[in-house]
Amino acid sequence: MRNPLSNRIVNIPFSGIRKFFDIAAEMTDVISLGVGEPDFDTPWHVRDEGIYSLEKGRTAYTSNAGLKELKMEIAKYLERKFQVFYNYDTEMMITVGGSEAIDIAMRAMLDPGDEVLIPQPSYVSYEPCAVLANGIPVIINLKEENEFRLTAQELEEAITPKTKLLVLPFPNNPTGAIMEKKDLEAIAEIVKKYDIFVLSDEIYAELTYLEGQEHVTIASLPGMRERTILINGFSKAYAMTGWRLGYACAPKIILEQMLKIHQYAIMCAPTTSQYAAVEAVRNGDKDVIEMREEYNRRRRYMMHRYQEMGLQCFEPFGAFYTFPSIQKFNMTSDEFATKMLQEEKVVVVPGTAFGTCGEGFLRISYAYSLESLKEALDRMERFIQKLDFK
Amino acid sequence: MREKILAFIEKNSRVDLKELAIMLGVEEIAVANEMAAMEEERIICGYHTLIDWEKTSIEKVNALIEVRVTPQRGRGFDSVAERVYNYPEVNAVYLISGGYDLLVTLEGKTLREVAQFVSDRLSTLDSVLSTKTNFILKKYKDHGTIIAKPLEDERMLVSL
Repeated sequence: MRNPLSNRIVNIPFSGIRKFFDIAAEMTDVISLGVGEPDFDTPWHVRDEGIYSLEKGRTAYTSNAGLKELKMEIAKYLERKFQVFYNYDTEMMITVGGSEAIDIAMRAMLDPGDEVLIPQPSYVSYEPCAVLANGIPVIINLKEENEFRLTAQELEEAITPKTKLLVLPFPNNPTGAIMEKKDLEAIAEIVKKYDIFVLSDEIYAELTYLEGQEHVTIASLPGMRERTILINGFSKAYAMTGWRLGYACAPKIILEQMLKIHQYAIMCAPTTSQYAAVEAVRNGDKDVIEMREEYNRRRRYMMHRYQEMGLQCFEPFGAFYTFPSIQKFNMTSDEFATKMLQEEKVVVVPGTAFGTCGEGFLRISYAYSLESLKEALDRMERFIQKLDFK
Repeated sequence: MREKILAFIEKNSRVDLKELAIMLGVEEIAVANEMAAMEEERIICGYHTLIDWEKTSIEKVNALIEVRVTPQRGRGFDSVAERVYNYPEVNAVYLISGGYDLLVTLEGKTLREVAQFVSDRLSTLDSVLSTKTNFILKKYKDHGTIIAKPLEDERMLVSL
């Protein structure tokens, strides 16, 4: 029989967490800090709108680009929150999560041989999506000493004549790093100087914790709107991961081509989710604030406990992750995480799941109740004490 | 800072002050001082426990009683409200807009005990015009907490 598979696909590795999932699934009394989604349920008024739309029989396709009502609300939201203006009709589309938007943006923009700059540690889909789109991923290794922000110098050094697109994954999963306005301004200068584009994945935009400072989108900086594909969604801000709903905003010429892929591959984002999302974006500000404050309390608590147990960690100001260093224990991230799972039954994700430069770090999520965090941190502390004695 | 303290302890009054201070990013002494001041000012009026008595062997009957009263000159409803809320079996008394005046929530051991309170104590007050007693059959949610909701995390153990 002929080989049924595509070599290009076979050569893309599986994500690096399968092993942990398999070990943990066999154990009892496991406590996990390994999850990348909110612990809250979707706010009831949002769920209720989804149910209502089903009761009314709104079960048909929507237009390819998504419900007009939803796009109009998102346009207003982006203006109100981040001072960016998008034409809901020609510059915006609703996608199946931010994930789909990442995929189709790359496919719409890349030709064979085009280089895509991907700062790491970062979410696992950028690199495979670039490969699937015939692009060549070029990794930029972010540094702890810069709090895992991307610097203009790092960017400029990675640019070649083939560079087409920069992925900008902030606030960041797994590090919790953010980019402030001044950081983005420096990046924007380089982007314009070398005439490249930015895919800005801002799915965690609502979850930042710097006092008195909101998230800034690079699309709002002068001259950047026409070079930016802005990706956001409902999963993290409104605790709607399972609804699979995101959106992309981009200049018309790019968006048109993305929409073409979406039209043939997806048709439209789930209708029920779109109706629920209208309610979320229209009346969900209060829920977002409450969840953000709860995350922020947990974040401070985690950082305090790390300090007490002698675990070094830069202070993250975004998303719901911490990224402590375990370099002093002379183990790889994978060894540390495996041993801690076996001995104390705590699940964390090795930093290497998010790029080789994540070696020496762990991603530890605080999307858990305070009670769970306490229990998990007590176990971690015990584990570290045992290591210190050896 | 008061709002932040209150927002937290409204849901969890058992929190350790040191931990609360860490979570709010302030000094422990500052939290302690604010808490003491708010107790003094009666902003914080108590630290109660939410109990699902159904799951215990203790029998309790709860009723909501709608009371229509004649307000008194100069004192409005306050005087009759005071006469009612001083009974220890009365849990809460609210002045209500709408079809009646006072809503009284009452806790007794038996139906008979509640009935007796209404007929002997409440109805006999001079200013009380009428009462309507509603017994609570089942509590679904109380003080913002869904009683029946199990504490389960249905998420996968690991996701990226």
